[in-house]
Amino acid sequence: MSAREVISFELDGKAVEAILGESILQAAKRIGVEIPHLCYKEGMRADGNCRACVVEIEGERVLAPSCCRSPTEGMKVQAQSKRAVKSQKMVLEMLLSDMPDQGYKWHEDDANQPHGELSEWASVMNVQVRPELKVLRREQAKADLSHPAMAVNLDACIQCTRCVRACREVQVNDVIGYAQRGSHSSIVFDQFDAMGESSCVGCGECVQACPTGALMPKSHIGSQKVDKKIDSVCPYCGVGCLITYNVRDEKIVSVDGRKGPANDSRLCVKGRFGFDYVHHEGRLTKPLIRKAGVPKSILPRDADWREVFRQATWEEALNLAGGKLKALRDQHGAKSLAGFGSAKGSNEEAYLFQKLVRTGFGSNNVDHCTRLCHASSVAALLEGVGSGAVSNQVNDVAHSEVILIIGSNPTSNHPVAATWMKNAAKEGSKIILADPRRTDIARHAWKSLQFKPDTDVLLLNAMLYTIIEKELIAGDFIAQRATNFEALKAQVANFSPEAVEHACGIDAATIREVATTFATAKSAMILWGMGVSQHVHGTDNARCLIALATITGQIGRPGTGLHPLRGQNNVQGASDAGLIPMMLPNYQRVDNKAAHAWFENFWGTKLDDKPGYTVVEIMDKILADERDSHKIRGMYIMGENPAMSDPDLSHARHALESLEHLVVQDIFMTETAWLADVVLPASAWPEKTGTVSNTDRMVQLGRQALPLPGQAKHDLWIIQQLAKQLGLNWNYADEGDGSHEATGSGAAAVYEEMRQAMHTAIAGITWARLEREGSVTYPCLTADDPGQATVFQNDVPTKDGRIKIVPAGFISANESPDEQYPYVLITGRQLEHWHTGSMTRRASMLDALEPEATVSMNAAVATQNQAKAGELFQITSRRGSIQLKVRIDEGTPANTVFIPFAYAEAAANLLTNAALDPFGKIPEFKYCAVKMQKA
Amino acid sequence: MMIDAKPITIHKLNPARSQLKGRQVSPQAREEVLGLMQKVWPITAERPFRRDLLIEYLHALSDAFGAVFERHIAALAECMKLSQAEVFEVASFYHHFEILRDDQAAPSLRVRVCNGLSCTMAGANELLAKLPALLQADVKVEPVPCIGRCEVAPAAAVGQRNVGNASSSVLLQIIKQKEHLANVDTAQGAIGIIAFEKYQSAGGYALLRDMAAKRRDQESVISALEHAGLRGLGGAGFPAGRKWRIVRDQPSPRLMAINIDEGEPGTFKDRWYLERDPHRFLEGMLIAAQVVGISAIYIYLRDEYHELREMLHAELDKLRAHAFMFAPYELPRIELRRGAGAYICGEESAMIESIEGKRGEPRMRPPYIAQVGLFGRPTLAHNFETLFWVREIVEKGGEWFGSHGRNGRKGLRSFSVSGRVKNPGVKLAPAGISVRELIDEYCGGMADGHALYAYLPGGASGGILPASLAHVPLDFDTLQEYGCFIGSAAVIVLSQHDKARDAALNQMNFFAHESCGQCTPCRVGTEKSAKLMEAIVWDQTTLNDLSTVMVDASICGLGQAAPNPMLSVLKYFPEEVGAGNSMGALQ
Repeated sequence: MSAREVISFELDGKAVEAILGESILQAAKRIGVEIPHLCYKEGMRADGNCRACVVEIEGERVLAPSCCRSPTEGMKVQAQSKRAVKSQKMVLEMLLSDMPDQGYKWHEDDANQPHGELSEWASVMNVQVRPELKVLRREQAKADLSHPAMAVNLDACIQCTRCVRACREVQVNDVIGYAQRGSHSSIVFDQFDAMGESSCVGCGECVQACPTGALMPKSHIGSQKVDKKIDSVCPYCGVGCLITYNVRDEKIVSVDGRKGPANDSRLCVKGRFGFDYVHHEGRLTKPLIRKAGVPKSILPRDADWREVFRQATWEEALNLAGGKLKALRDQHGAKSLAGFGSAKGSNEEAYLFQKLVRTGFGSNNVDHCTRLCHASSVAALLEGVGSGAVSNQVNDVAHSEVILIIGSNPTSNHPVAATWMKNAAKEGSKIILADPRRTDIARHAWKSLQFKPDTDVLLLNAMLYTIIEKELIAGDFIAQRATNFEALKAQVANFSPEAVEHACGIDAATIREVATTFATAKSAMILWGMGVSQHVHGTDNARCLIALATITGQIGRPGTGLHPLRGQNNVQGASDAGLIPMMLPNYQRVDNKAAHAWFENFWGTKLDDKPGYTVVEIMDKILADERDSHKIRGMYIMGENPAMSDPDLSHARHALESLEHLVVQDIFMTETAWLADVVLPASAWPEKTGTVSNTDRMVQLGRQALPLPGQAKHDLWIIQQLAKQLGLNWNYADEGDGSHEATGSGAAAVYEEMRQAMHTAIAGITWARLEREGSVTYPCLTADDPGQATVFQNDVPTKDGRIKIVPAGFISANESPDEQYPYVLITGRQLEHWHTGSMTRRASMLDALEPEATVSMNAAVATQNQAKAGELFQITSRRGSIQLKVRIDEGTPANTVFIPFAYAEAAANLLTNAALDPFGKIPEFKYCAVKMQKA
Repeated sequence: MMIDAKPITIHKLNPARSQLKGRQVSPQAREEVLGLMQKVWPITAERPFRRDLLIEYLHALSDAFGAVFERHIAALAECMKLSQAEVFEVASFYHHFEILRDDQAAPSLRVRVCNGLSCTMAGANELLAKLPALLQADVKVEPVPCIGRCEVAPAAAVGQRNVGNASSSVLLQIIKQKEHLANVDTAQGAIGIIAFEKYQSAGGYALLRDMAAKRRDQESVISALEHAGLRGLGGAGFPAGRKWRIVRDQPSPRLMAINIDEGEPGTFKDRWYLERDPHRFLEGMLIAAQVVGISAIYIYLRDEYHELREMLHAELDKLRAHAFMFAPYELPRIELRRGAGAYICGEESAMIESIEGKRGEPRMRPPYIAQVGLFGRPTLAHNFETLFWVREIVEKGGEWFGSHGRNGRKGLRSFSVSGRVKNPGVKLAPAGISVRELIDEYCGGMADGHALYAYLPGGASGGILPASLAHVPLDFDTLQEYGCFIGSAAVIVLSQHDKARDAALNQMNFFAHESCGQCTPCRVGTEKSAKLMEAIVWDQTTLNDLSTVMVDASICGLGQAAPNPMLSVLKYFPEEVGAGNSMGALQ
């Protein structure tokens, strides 16, 4: 630290140095002097309201809150003078005097210290409440237990407003307020509503912030003692929040947000309260074999597997599972098998799974749900910038003047990522939200463009038109860094804002204003989700976004760039690891001779040099004619649930039922598992050690927190056992040595092999480094490389190093509404449920929050159909029909309904259309035609 | 209460949520709010909702619907792109917003009876007890803290109509004649202001025009204030000239906030002057603005002064219409803001928060508001009266103001005198005058049948002194040694029929009622102290401990000064609280 950054002052007579910007409290803490404090919490704005940390500053009339005051040169501070201590103790005594006798957050398991940090400080400062004050205890607030996951006991509230700051300043959910005044001052939810009735999104940031236990996770009230605290990564979305599992008696009792680069200790409702699926009674704990003669059909989630399966030993199950796969391969050839890996598993599992398919099955018929989420984005990105990953990390929005969020509902689907966007908006960044649905982030948006579904290309081309017309292009950037601009110019010439305004539902003036603002911003970043990708023109949509960033030069700098928000915790990593039919690990095309040769050498075996089939194509190939040499007869599905997640489910389920042999490896009896011949009980995320890569290109390590239940096994072990069945002789063992801890599954050894296969991306991220650092961003090529957060600064990894602009024309959705099916169906996710609900529907608190399937529509659509909120309705497409309850959501556009796809009992994908984007092979989940009637 | 310290079983919320989370905005409430705001403000596409006007919007709702309804909070929040909690916490902070559930009915009329000390001594509690039975059931009668009409105690407000010397018959007559519904600016006969034209024709605004035309230099104005020794007359007493220099040296844009929240119990001087000579204040304000280089002015007027608000709006309009007079000086934007019943908003940083449309919670210092004030900009904050004297001081010279004074003190003070004196009112008297002299020379002596027993030299916060100290000079800096201060120079006089402990409890209840609730010492201390002070024999140890932490560790002056009356009782009137006759109770 340089001389100017240091301030010398005196604390209790001792010379102390403070770092510039540090508070007296922080400086004191750094040198080991603890000043009591309650309203101050590291990482939050100091508010100075509790006054427990007051100190005496020479020359000042009254005491000063040390959390809010920075020392100045030569300042004389007394934190332990008689006068300062008197007030510090009085504050604690006053607060204690209003506390209930029993508390909710004990210090460890000491019921005599029941009020969390207040009790701890009272103990440190030796404070007891005198009876004269105790008798004046305030009227005790009633408990509010209306929320499934959190208990509100404001009798233990000390009005420190940490929860308000957590809710408002950190998460920007703005649910909690500090209402009324004086001794009536109270923490409130919305308008003094019960928490469970309020607009609370359940992120639990308030619970994490509360010092006294007034706000607590219901699962962890009272004794706070746990057996162990295990560092891991959240198993849900692609944001990649770091967490700590609190484990007692081999059960997770609560989850804390951990300081990670993507989340800075923040979590959402899924990450914090969605953990108990691992303890669900429906966990698979034994290998199962289908009973002879039981027809393949999907049973309800609470059905008993004994009706369909019998228990088997691992040996029998593996022999049957692997033996039959081998037999099919040997009889019908390599193309007769296919495998679906999982974006919910670890990198090591993804890597080993694709290696099994490629070297054991002998083809590239391996895919996973990336096909269903960002395949089109990746196709456009690989074509345009030569890399499918994000250019800038989410929290880089802090440096963005303009943030374009398109086709994304981040507050529901990437809630913690959304907090960074909302933080930026609070600091003055302009959010432009472009989405047919007006979702929660709209409140924070400068402009919300509710364009008509399916018209993305029209809107974006009109923006490109405006930028070119008004000469707002970044000419130098285009000249030096891009190709094909003239083609774009010619293409968008027909897309003036006036020409498209009617079709896309956004007036020309607004399109121009937004385009101008984006183009002229010092820095503008684009983040998008499935609303962009899940169309037959998904690749075109993404091409327009790449063009937009390129012609305005909004790429390659902080606060700019392209960020397709990844849906699943490891969809980035699984794709990186080669869990896709046309790419070997690290996006090496299977038909690239050099790459092909490298991997044949690396793995010591012959490899198929033709791309395999994608998810939806595989379903079609299962139903192919017997004479088709590529007919797929056997499948190995690890941790995926295509019988829920694929489009046009009747078709997909029929295909899965038609397989000669289906091996499903999962933690629950998923809809897909019901159709299996062999079901292998696997490991849930907290039961294993492994790495996952988030949307920000961070490789992050999760450690095993729980033992495996029953006879369930680590997925890596199962893959290796099947490999053995298929004649492969693998040996991935790591029982731990001086360089790393034992993983019990071979994870470290697999990772190290993968690191070699992906050396141009992660050479610098060793397993040992991950154990040390927990999270490292790639590209990272050497041990001392901190990792590159922002890429494309000088060039992009295309052949010529330039961005290839690809113009897009307008293509309509595959199926448009008509008289018979007059409404558009948009499918998607909701905050509490993730993917097909296999985990979250079994997480008690999440399922309590959203227990039933709903169809959202605005009041006008409801009125047209005489639908009342909460009424059961039947929604029908040309492919299927489901029944679910009506939800009024004014953010749903005209002539449109929205259905989340997480509900097995009303599976939205029975309705969706399997039409594919020609480049990304992604189905059109975001648009099909439906009709509705009272059920 | 038994507490289950075990994990709580999770119950499913049934049935499926048929709407999004939280209260949804009803189309009708949205229309009501939008319609009203388009009419009142008016909100247009070009003039969208402003975050800082939240309190004004709440006033509009409260005026139109008789209360603030939850459905309107939800709709207003949506219109302003705020969360409901953000609107609710502000609305619930201010006593003048009654938040009602949607199924409740607003009262047809509110009768607010002042229970400040002077009004209480004049029978406010008896009036409060009597009124409900005499009025319709849907009329809401409520006690309110000092409404700034102590010279005509007891005072009350019928709707927006202020009434002095209120008795049940007077109030009933007003309600019966519907006088409270008459336009407030014509109904309030008491206001006989020197309006713009008259003020100007008598030489008003000449000084400002001289300055605008550079016929008078700015330095001479500041030095006149410095020579006069003009100090902040809101109570803090910061030298005005120095403040102008400090803010003038800050980067622009610089803003100005004027405090006419006048909530210190017993204080009514600002109202008194504003009812008579508003342009003298406005000219002072604009002189300050010109010298300091202010780009926008916010006048914060307490809600209780309805008639003055109407008057000021009208006079400001006239002023703006004559802006050309001051060319080349361009009048800064002037906004008149309406308080909403919160004493704490008389604290300058709380006032700033309130002007920004937030809860009136005082800010921590540093940074000082001269550097980081309103909307984060350097801000010149002044009490009304400080600016009121600017013109006269500059015209007559600093020496003129300083030539007044008594008992070795210099300057003039506007004492708001109420209580047991014959002629209460605002008394412009020399600084340093003793209470005895003030009563005898300016108030016609004590009221008949009353002898001086004690007095409050500075409103609720300034402590209580016994008759034996009636000779002490009243001014800034003269009362510290007695544990008191002059503050806004609100002198409340008690007689042998009153008790100091009652006065102290009245003040502590007031502070508990008005504490913003932000910091522990004040939020908990005022409330606990008030409870302890109800005892016949006071628990001195605990009261002293509470007092210590309140004085030492409260964020703002409210909490720091709140124990003063209580400490005065222990020091000067120990026999009233069973603390013996010792003067040394504090030790």
